[in-house]
This record gives sequence, structure tokens and C-alpha cells, in this order.
Amino acid sequence: MFGVAPGFAAWGLMTGVAMVKSGMSVIEAMLMTVLVYAGSAQLAAIPLLVAGAPAWVILATAFCVNLRFVVFSAHLRDYLMHLPRWQRLLTGFLTTDLSYMLFVQRFPAPSNAPDQQLAQQAYLAGNCGLCWGNWVGSSLVGIALANFIPTAWGLGFAGTLALLGISFSLVTTRLRIIAAVVAGTAAVVAFALPLKLNILVAIAAAVVVCLMLEGAGLRPAARTPKAEAGAGAGSGNVP
Amino acid sequence: MNQTDLWTVATIVGMAGVTVLTRCFFFLSSKPWVLPDWARRGLDYAPIAALAAVIVPEIVMTKGHLIGTWQDARLFGTAAGVAWFFWRRGVLGTIVSGMAVYLALHLGLGW
Repeated sequence: MFGVAPGFAAWGLMTGVAMVKSGMSVIEAMLMTVLVYAGSAQLAAIPLLVAGAPAWVILATAFCVNLRFVVFSAHLRDYLMHLPRWQRLLTGFLTTDLSYMLFVQRFPAPSNAPDQQLAQQAYLAGNCGLCWGNWVGSSLVGIALANFIPTAWGLGFAGTLALLGISFSLVTTRLRIIAAVVAGTAAVVAFALPLKLNILVAIAAAVVVCLMLEGAGLRPAARTPKAEAGAGAGSGNVP
Repeated sequence: MNQTDLWTVATIVGMAGVTVLTRCFFFLSSKPWVLPDWARRGLDYAPIAALAAVIVPEIVMTKGHLIGTWQDARLFGTAAGVAWFFWRRGVLGTIVSGMAVYLALHLGLGW
């Protein structure tokens, strides 16, 4: 945990700077840090917010960027179902890629024994608490620093580079490369669509093309939680 | 100083809901259930597609048009970031190396 904390903090710092330097207000950036707590979804939402895209397009994009967590949640279900719902929701909200990965490494199997369940819960709570504090603290420092940096420097580009790195670390199969190429091309070709709909059109096109190729017999992608965790491991502690 | 916009704040609250929805997807309800097969398979491609759809226009377009010059700091910053990623992996190095090249060209040469 302490080995990866500095990288996590640098990522939060950069996200804080990118949010403000891309045109969000300090209050908006602070709210986003504390409430959304999902770096890649935040960075993906920034250009859409700044362009004035409608809320549903932004939410749908954030949903798609966050879909990896749906896969994690299927895996975490067996660890958490003994808890009351509000505790499950709080735990889920706080469990980022990093906490998920470290948690399932430490506890490869869920348990039915109460003391084991308590131990797992304690580990996850401690891990999530540290991650959240680290993320919020470093992001707020980034937001504060951003006010001293001229916008003309173009530091918002760091957000694009971060998403670029995450995308490359998600490339685990050939079909995912195809998904990225189709989506990237479609987003440019359809750019003139109103409401930033080019983003959703591009995602839909990529998913449909890949499902069709899969149906046509191209090797289906790895989709076990383990493989997902492996992909997350390369993504540099992204919340 | 950028202005705070109520609609943006509402969107941010909505995004917090999306975070909870996706991170808790399979334990929101106490009843066991499964996704239809096409949705499960689509999960594999949607995240990378969403990221690519957001990033690519940010790199190759200016004000809604493809950039017409190679003298754009973003192209070289991206190339440096990609090169770093394939050399060393790691998102942080991708950002740092990409920004080093980007800032040198953008601030130094005005690209």
C-alpha cells in the first residue's frame, strides 16, 4: 500500500490541476474530487463539461469508462453480501481499482467465518480510507496549485495523456485494440454531431463491431475478474 | 477564475451516482442475478472504447476540425507518451514524458 501511495498521490495532483486548467471552477473541481472519486471518469468528463454537453451524455460516458468496476463488483459480491446494504454501498463507492486489486490479492477467497469476515472488512476499510484520503488531499493540492499556473501552458493536456496511458494498459486483447481504433475514428468522423453525441456513437460502434467480430470467430477476450485486475495493475493506481 | 455553474454541479452529483452504481452493480440488490450475455461481452470493450472516443479528438482536432499541420505540440507529446508506455509501462511516466515534450514545444516554440 505504501509502495503505491506516491504514484496515487501524483495522479490525484495531476487530476486536480487538469480539472481547473481545463476550465472548471475551484468549487466544481473540489466537489468532483470528493463526490465522484473516479479519476478516469473525471478526466473523460472534463472536455464534455467544458463543451457544454448535456448531462445524460456525460453520465453515459462516465458509466462506460467505469464499466470495469461492474466486473469487479461481480467478484466482490461474495465478500460483501453479509453486510447491510448501506455498508455495501459505502464500501463499493470507496473501492477503486487499487483497493480491489490489493484486497483480492490478500484475500483470494471469501469466507463464511465471522472473524475472517471481520478481518477482510477491516483490511478493506483501512485500504479504502487511506486511498480516499490520499486522493482527496493530493487533488486539493493540485486544485490550489492550478491557480498559480497560467492556462496558456496547456496543462489540461496532462489529463489526455493520463487517459492515453490508461487506455494502453487496458489493451490486453486484439479485439480491444480494434475497439479503440473504431471508437477513436468514429469520434472524429462524427464530431459534428450535436450534444457531443459523437462519444456515444463511437462507443456503440466499437462495441457492435467487436461483438460481431467475436461472433465471426475472432478470439474472445479474457473477461475473468483476475484478467481485469491484471489490466488494472498496469493502469498506475487509477481510482 | 472560472464560474461555478449549477447545472455542472448537478452533473457532478449525477456522476457520483454513476460511481456508486458501477462500483456496487452486483451487490446493490440482495437477490442474485446475472447480466444477459451480450451485455457481459460488451463490458469487455466499452471502457477502452469510451476512453479512445474521448482522447482521440482531444489530440487530433482543434475547434471541431482535424488539425492541418504537423507542428502541433500535442502530436509530439502523445508520441513521447506512447513511446514511454511501450518502453517502461506505467501511466505516470507516460504523463511526465508526454508533458515534458509537449511543454517544450508548446512554450518553447509556440506550437
